[in-house]
This record gives sequence, structure tokens and C-alpha cells, in this order.
Amino acid sequence: MKTFPLGGVHPPENKLTAGIPIRYLPIPPSVAIPVTQHIGSPSEILVKKGDMVKTGQIIAASKGFVSANIHSSVTGVVNKTDSVIDASGFRQTAVFIDTTEDEWLETIDRSSEIITEIKYSPEEIIDKCLESGIVGLGGATFPSHVKLSIPRGKRCDVLIINGVECEPYLTSDHRLMLERSEEILVGITILMKALRVTQAMIGIENNKKDAIARLTGLSGKFPGISIHGLKVKYPQGAEKQLIKALIKREVPSGRLPLDVNTVVHNVGTAFAVYEAVQKNKPLFERVVTITGKSLASPGNYFVRTGTSVRYLIEAAGGVPENTGKIISGGPMMGKAVSNADVPVVKGTSGIVLIPEEESSRSEMTPCIRCAKCVSVCPLNLEPYLLMTLSEKGEFERAVAEGITDCMECGSCSYCCPAHRPLLDYIRLGKSLAAKMARKQMVK
Amino acid sequence: MSHIIIITILSLGVLALLAAIILYFIAQKFKVYEDPRIDEIQAILPGANCGGCGFAGCRAFAEALVRAESFDGLNCPPGGADVMAEAARLLGKEAPEVDPLVAVLKCNGRPEYRPLTSFYDGVPDCRIAHSLYLGETDCSYGCLGKGDCVRACPFDAMYMNSETGLPEIIDDKCVACGNCVKACPRNLIELRKKARKDRKIYVACSNCDRGGPARRACRVACIACMKCVKVCKFDAITVENYLAYIDSFKCTLCRKCVAECPTGSILEFNFPPRKPAAEVTSQTIKVNPEV
Repeated sequence: MKTFPLGGVHPPENKLTAGIPIRYLPIPPSVAIPVTQHIGSPSEILVKKGDMVKTGQIIAASKGFVSANIHSSVTGVVNKTDSVIDASGFRQTAVFIDTTEDEWLETIDRSSEIITEIKYSPEEIIDKCLESGIVGLGGATFPSHVKLSIPRGKRCDVLIINGVECEPYLTSDHRLMLERSEEILVGITILMKALRVTQAMIGIENNKKDAIARLTGLSGKFPGISIHGLKVKYPQGAEKQLIKALIKREVPSGRLPLDVNTVVHNVGTAFAVYEAVQKNKPLFERVVTITGKSLASPGNYFVRTGTSVRYLIEAAGGVPENTGKIISGGPMMGKAVSNADVPVVKGTSGIVLIPEEESSRSEMTPCIRCAKCVSVCPLNLEPYLLMTLSEKGEFERAVAEGITDCMECGSCSYCCPAHRPLLDYIRLGKSLAAKMARKQMVK
Repeated sequence: MSHIIIITILSLGVLALLAAIILYFIAQKFKVYEDPRIDEIQAILPGANCGGCGFAGCRAFAEALVRAESFDGLNCPPGGADVMAEAARLLGKEAPEVDPLVAVLKCNGRPEYRPLTSFYDGVPDCRIAHSLYLGETDCSYGCLGKGDCVRACPFDAMYMNSETGLPEIIDDKCVACGNCVKACPRNLIELRKKARKDRKIYVACSNCDRGGPARRACRVACIACMKCVKVCKFDAITVENYLAYIDSFKCTLCRKCVAECPTGSILEFNFPPRKPAAEVTSQTIKVNPEV
């Protein structure tokens, strides 16, 4: 069984919703759609108070190359543009829309017919991704058209599709692969055409045998696509780890997958690309797993962007009494939200409600030099050292020790027997080191 | 036997003499001249190595003083005017008048004014809390209360007040070294001119939001109503980014702005009670309406 060679942990899987089919969440009475749902510059708002918008209509246009269009997820009247606290914990601008009905733009094909024939050129595909506001749905929300436009002098020979979903609890990609398998395979073929490659590999963790079987069964019709089962190990779904596991290439520190002639996209992105290219449907809804051990009815839902997390939790049976934290994303890399009114955005893969007794932190004790954090780090870093360096403000040395390579998978904090907040300090060191580097660049 | 001892003593003595002569010439050759005044100056400095002067410790500051043409811009905050005058006398220079400063916290977000909106159980470190989210209240500018400034203070001049959740500064111990200013990720601590009898008037708020959101987050937030600017006769108050600021070098401590502020974000300390006491109490109640 293929996997990455260094480090990794085995958190309990807790995939409670793996067997629950995706349902459509009823459209909420109002939505708050943030104008930054992607990495890059914020989009420019095109609507104003009192405007009527239809589902799928563009409400904020991308500004600059690394940016993405934002579309209305409902039909209704723009109530206001105001700040909202989003899942990142900070305030940002959002368009508030009061829903009236659900009238989609006429250009969107709402039939369930699967169109396999691709009649667009690579340039047209990239334009459609840009128009539809497609971003990476694995969590990083990097605008997809940027990843599809290969710069001069670079070459891509294999497309890697990430269907690993190594985060515990989350099952949105799993269900999507089972229920929208053919659409995903068409989406991958579209991505292959845009990148001008003939080979694509889908990596899926081996705890999703049904998805592997279903995609393998269908892949005969789609030349060039192969499906690979991967060992169940966190963080198998990290980009560099997945590349290492599948094609045995190592992305050097500070470089991109394109430097080893490959591009990685998520299965959710492949599905969104299919809908954008074949059905003209912009990205305004995504699959979100709402789960938790005490939740009355956990499940997987197609959720419109801008829907408040509170509304989603109500649909799943309300907040249980003993909830300690509500986490946006998976329990390993996700972030606790400070407020249940945060909106679901393009990058929200799941909402996990963790009970009080599991969510509280244990008391920190001194480091006993067991080196567990060193052995689980998939990037061969020394987390205990990086923590101390950033705690003491020695950012230059921390950079020399590779702090900027850390992908914040949290394996070190997960396994530390002294409950040291390794990742908290490493993250702080990373952000302050980046700030320092920016300052030096300005000088 | 005895001749062995004599030979040993003689040969070792010659060796020692030779080594001493070599060492003497090497020491002469590689001698580093150091101004003896540096040691003298260092002896009179407080020796806290707090960095308040902007140099890496007292020795570096002593070197800078000896090298300096004039004392402009050089000051030892913990030593104060006495130490600077002594140093000036030793070096035969003129010590400029430097107003002593004291640190103040530009936030008064006690729990009764600033309601909690979430609960933080992460690392008790302001820098981390600040990088993660707005904080436990809706105010994205106010004090996070995790005590980075208290840990940074080399003079034990600060402590966390468990009732208010805010750091307190002990005026007598504070020497204005500025370590807390650097430690605060939200830039809430300011060094202000120390006035007679430790009297202080300052805007205890750093919220740059408009009046509405600021007031929703905290009852004693500055809402930039401009009332204090209008009442000030000395042009000491300016409003920028929806936040009032009182220049401590222009302020004459007349206390007019304190009474005028509708939200009570301007604080006064160490003043005698006002004369028409009844009137002031009624005004203070108006200033801080119990909600």
C-alpha cells in the first residue's frame, strides 16, 4: 500500500457520516457572502443595497490574477454590505442578501443529465473556471485558474487528484466520490485537457473502499485516469505527501508541485469544474459534512455559500448540550469558530461539534525530550525546537531551522505527551517570520 | 638531592621569566585601548540592562555616552535626570532636560463594560490569541488580558488585575523602559509624560471602529464624537481613525474633557475630588449608564 515515508499519525477516524447520502440543505432566509473566500486579493463588490440578485449571479468580481469571482447563492434582495466575523476569526466584508425565492440564472443547466463530451479548448476551460469562481475545495481555496495556467518554461506531465480526505470526521469528498463519480471523472478529464496532460492519478485513502471500487469500475470509460488506494495515515492528503506517495517525487522546500512537473487538485474541485464547464454553474454551493458525536442527526449537505453555521446545525438537530467547541474544517487542521453565525464559505469542508470533555486542552508540562514530535513530523522538522525558538522570538534561527516549511498539520501537537502547544507557537513564528521577511523586502 | 631541586627552581624560573617577557610584548602589541570613562559611566548606570535607552544593555549605553558629541536623544529612563546629570558631569557635557515618562494602558475593557462573546482556552499568550482571532470580546483593538506586558516588565511594575482582567501599572516602579510597549501585540501601551503627583488624563481606548460598532463591543469605547476636541482650549486633543488622542505634552490637566466625554473613555487619576461633588456624581452616572 502506497504512502509517504516520513512521520504521520493515526487519529481515530470517527467517520460517522460515511454512510449518509448527501442531501440538499433548505435555502436559508438570509445569507452573508464574504468577499474573500479564497487566497489572494479580495473581490470587488458589484452590487449595492436594494439590488435584486438571482442565484448564480456574480456579486463580486475578482481583482488581480490571484483572486476569484463571487456569485450569489440565493435569489433575493441585497440588504447591506457590512462586516461579518468569518471562520478565520476576523471581521471581513460580506454581502448580506435576504432570500425571496430560488430563481437561477437562465444560463445554468439544471438538468441531471451527465454531459461527457468536452467541446472547449484549454483556454476556454480556464476562462470558465475564472468566470465561475472556482477555487481549490480541499481547504486552501487557491483560485483554480491560476493552478491551471502553467507559466512559460514549466511543464506538467501528470495530474494528481486528491480524494484522500485524511481528516477525521469529514466525509464530504467520500460521499461526493460515491454519488457523483461520473461527474468527477468528466471533471478530471476537463482538468487534464486544460493542463494538456494524458495521465491523471486519483489518490484515495484505503478506508473508502466503496469509493475506490466505484471509481475504478467507471474509469474504463475515461482513458488516462487511474485510481490508487493509499494507506490510512494522517496527513496523507497533504499536497507534498500525496505527490511523494503516488509518484515518488519530492517537492523541494519552498517550491510548488509544478516544480516536479505535477499539479494537484481536489475531487471536490474536479466536481465544481465539471459543473462550471459543462453546466455553466458557478461555485455557490458545496458539500459540507456536519458531524459530532452528540449531534442528533449528522449528515452531508449541499450548502449554499453564505449560509450561517447556526442554520446548518439547526438542520442537523441543534447544538447538543455538552458541546465544547464548534470547529470549521476537520478536527486536526480546522479552527474553532468564535461564533455560530459565521457563514459557510467555499473552503468549508465540514463543521464538527466536539463535546466539552474532548475539546478542552490538557495542562502543559515541561518537554521531556521524547522526540515523538520529531518522529511524527512528515516534513522532517524538529517541532520542539521550533516552538522554543518562536516562543523566545528567535525568528531568524527558526527560519534557518525550516519553520516556513511547516504545513501546520498538527501531528506534533497531537502526539505530544506533555501537551505542549507546539503548533500554536510554530504558527506564530511562521507568521512573524513572514512579516519580518516582508519588512526586509520593503527596505 | 638538593641540586635537583635547585636546577628545577632555576629552570622553571627562567622559563617563567621568558614567558613573562613574551607575554609583555604581546600584550603591548595587541593592546585594545578602552576609554576608562566607560567603566566610570557604567558604574553609575542602574545596571538593569532593560534596554529602555535603545541600546543592548548598560555597557553599550555607556559606550554610546562616551562617544556622543552631545547628549541629545540619549536618555536612561530608569536612572532618570539624576543619573544623566551625573554622567554629564563626569564627561563634561550638558544633559538636556528630558521629561520623565510613565506607561499607561489605552484600554479600559473591564468585563462589565466589554461583554465576553467567546471563550479562549488556548495558550495564554497575547501574541497567539491576537494572531488567531478577534479575542474573547467583540473589540478587535482592546486588551487580550493574557499578560505579555507583565512578563516583559523587568522592574515588577506591572501585574494582572484579576477583577478587571487588565494589566495594572504601578507608577512608582515604572521607569518607562518601553519593554511592555514592544510586548503588546495590539500596541495598547503608551509612554506619556509624567505629571505632578502622578496625575494622569488619557483616552483609555484604542478602538478605531466607527462609533456604533465600537460602542456595541464596549460601553466605554471612544466613539469619536469630537466633544473633547471642542472643549479643549489647548489643542491637545486630536481625533484620527475614529479615536481621540490627548497629547500629554500639551495637556494642562484641566479635566474639562473628562467631564465632557459621553462614554467615559477619558480617565483621570490621582486628582483631588472636584468641588461641586454632587454635580460630578450625577454626571459620572450619566457617563457610565448602567445597562
